Amino acid sequence: MTDVKEPLIPTVCVITDVRQDTPDVKTFRVLTVDGKKPFIHKPGQCAMLSMPGVGEALFSITSSPTNTEYVEFSIKKCGCVTSWLHAAEVGQQITVRGPYGNGFPVETEFKGQDMLFIAGGIGLAPVRSVINYVRDNRANYGKVDIVYGSRSKDDLVFYKEIIDEWEKDPSINVHLTIDREQEGWDGHVGFVPSYVKELGFEPNKTAVLCGPPIMIKFTLQGLGELGFNKEQVYTTLELRMKCGIGKCGRCNVGSKYVCKDGPVFRMDQLDALPDEY
Amino acid sequence: MRKCSLANSQLLFDKIAENMPLYIPVDLEKGRVAYKQYQSGMKMSDALKTDRSAKDFFFPQTENLMEFKTEGKSIEIIDTRSEAQDFVVFGVRACDVKSLEVLDKVFLAEPVDSYYKNRREHGVIVSMACTRPTETCFCSTFGIDASAPAGDIECYKTEDAFYFDAKTEKGKALLSKLDCVTEDCGDEQVKAQKEQIKKVLDKLPLKDLKADEFGADKTDKFFNSPEWKTLSESCLGCGTCTFVCPTCQCYDIKDFKTNKGVQRFRCWDSCMYSDFTKMSAGQPRLTQMERFRQRFMHKLVYFPTNNDGMFSCVGCGRCVAKCPISMNIVKVMKTLGGKNND
Repeated sequence: MTDVKEPLIPTVCVITDVRQDTPDVKTFRVLTVDGKKPFIHKPGQCAMLSMPGVGEALFSITSSPTNTEYVEFSIKKCGCVTSWLHAAEVGQQITVRGPYGNGFPVETEFKGQDMLFIAGGIGLAPVRSVINYVRDNRANYGKVDIVYGSRSKDDLVFYKEIIDEWEKDPSINVHLTIDREQEGWDGHVGFVPSYVKELGFEPNKTAVLCGPPIMIKFTLQGLGELGFNKEQVYTTLELRMKCGIGKCGRCNVGSKYVCKDGPVFRMDQLDALPDEY
Repeated sequence: MRKCSLANSQLLFDKIAENMPLYIPVDLEKGRVAYKQYQSGMKMSDALKTDRSAKDFFFPQTENLMEFKTEGKSIEIIDTRSEAQDFVVFGVRACDVKSLEVLDKVFLAEPVDSYYKNRREHGVIVSMACTRPTETCFCSTFGIDASAPAGDIECYKTEDAFYFDAKTEKGKALLSKLDCVTEDCGDEQVKAQKEQIKKVLDKLPLKDLKADEFGADKTDKFFNSPEWKTLSESCLGCGTCTFVCPTCQCYDIKDFKTNKGVQRFRCWDSCMYSDFTKMSAGQPRLTQMERFRQRFMHKLVYFPTNNDGMFSCVGCGRCVAKCPISMNIVKVMKTLGGKNND
């Protein structure tokens, strides 16, 4: 019996690095106890992390699959499991299972396309996986634009990586914005949806959109005004999940299970689902 | 076909129980009926239904999934699974037999749930044709034939005997062990009983309830119906319907600290509860109307969409009998199902 694989039984992994990204977001580097990557994933997929006795929760994998050394999770402190993780130190073991979900179609629909990445706040976590995948396979994609916004400069996740790597990469254009004026910030000020309209992208791109529901709603409207249709826009959903494998029923929306059939959906696919996400 | 005279039923049960645990429906106090592990001399209930279905044998209300030992920063995972023992569930009605097929679609789909599969492989279902289906029964709505209950061994109980027809390898293996208490027989008695059952089924009040209006890809037709509000208005959100339902399979996973470590267990959960979908980031189903709608849309539309039209209701009528405010899937189908269900 114990030689039969059981998807609910996780493996023990270890936190090998913790980085404070913003006041409430930390990025955790995770490896197996013998120092290997816990799994091979696709950009946009998720994994279940847990501390026995505290709980188990699903997180997007923020590192790119092209990273051969480790996987990373960027986690905002907002509940039981996340608060516990924020208090955890390097060397702490946790359990991991996954990866789960469909991921972004980086090797099919995205190939050869001009890419427009739009993210708000912690929404950059799953998108970063795609951005770095695209950067590491640069020849396979056209122009790359990134629009990223947060409440303040301090709330921009991966700020160092954005400044030191993305902005210095001549093959991609980075457009940062923060919600309100702030001392020491000479960049754009304003919400992401209006910034996207202001930038006025040509509607020949494939857009990846991730952030709070209100940002998604208005950005989608703005993209529509710029001439984008829904078949060109992808996003990733987040619902409560327990099993991660389409059985516990929690993330069921219409005939889809977000953990298994998502979390990545094209906007026209989302439109076909009941409005319960 | 083999038969066993009712006068020998104790011998029959003793013989089965000699080999493996046998569970039979038993009358308890206050009219309750439940499966109990057979002890010699125990009398089988003649009731139509057990209060809870045979689901419990394969997907128990709570079960331990694994254990953990934690020390300092280290974690050890202890796989507590063990091979199930063969067991027999006797007297399972056609609706409940069908419900296992529904559960199989969920738990045996890749990636397979090994806890469920283990018990499913070791459980032998001896079904029982319904001679007295009742006013809350509507299995025929979902194409289930109460006079042909299937299972590993299909069983009929007449005035003087049990008749057995093995349907699967597991069933044949069990029946062959019962040669000393059964004898070969013709199927005249069974045919007569089937006719009898069909006559009763034809007189049931819900015999004309149709599911045709529902099924795969009908989300748009029903999701925004104004009727959901009226239908769900008095729903208490108690979840009784989901707990007595033989096909409801939603579950929760939780950790429990013991003095030896941590137990991770799963237990039944219900889409009727507000915290089922509640996240730190928000709640996609804000009111009971949305939760109520989810349960019925799932059974009548979403599940069939993913499973070649198979409904996730078997018409057992338990929710009809047990709902404290008398709301149920029959009323939902009659209200939303249009003129076909007037």
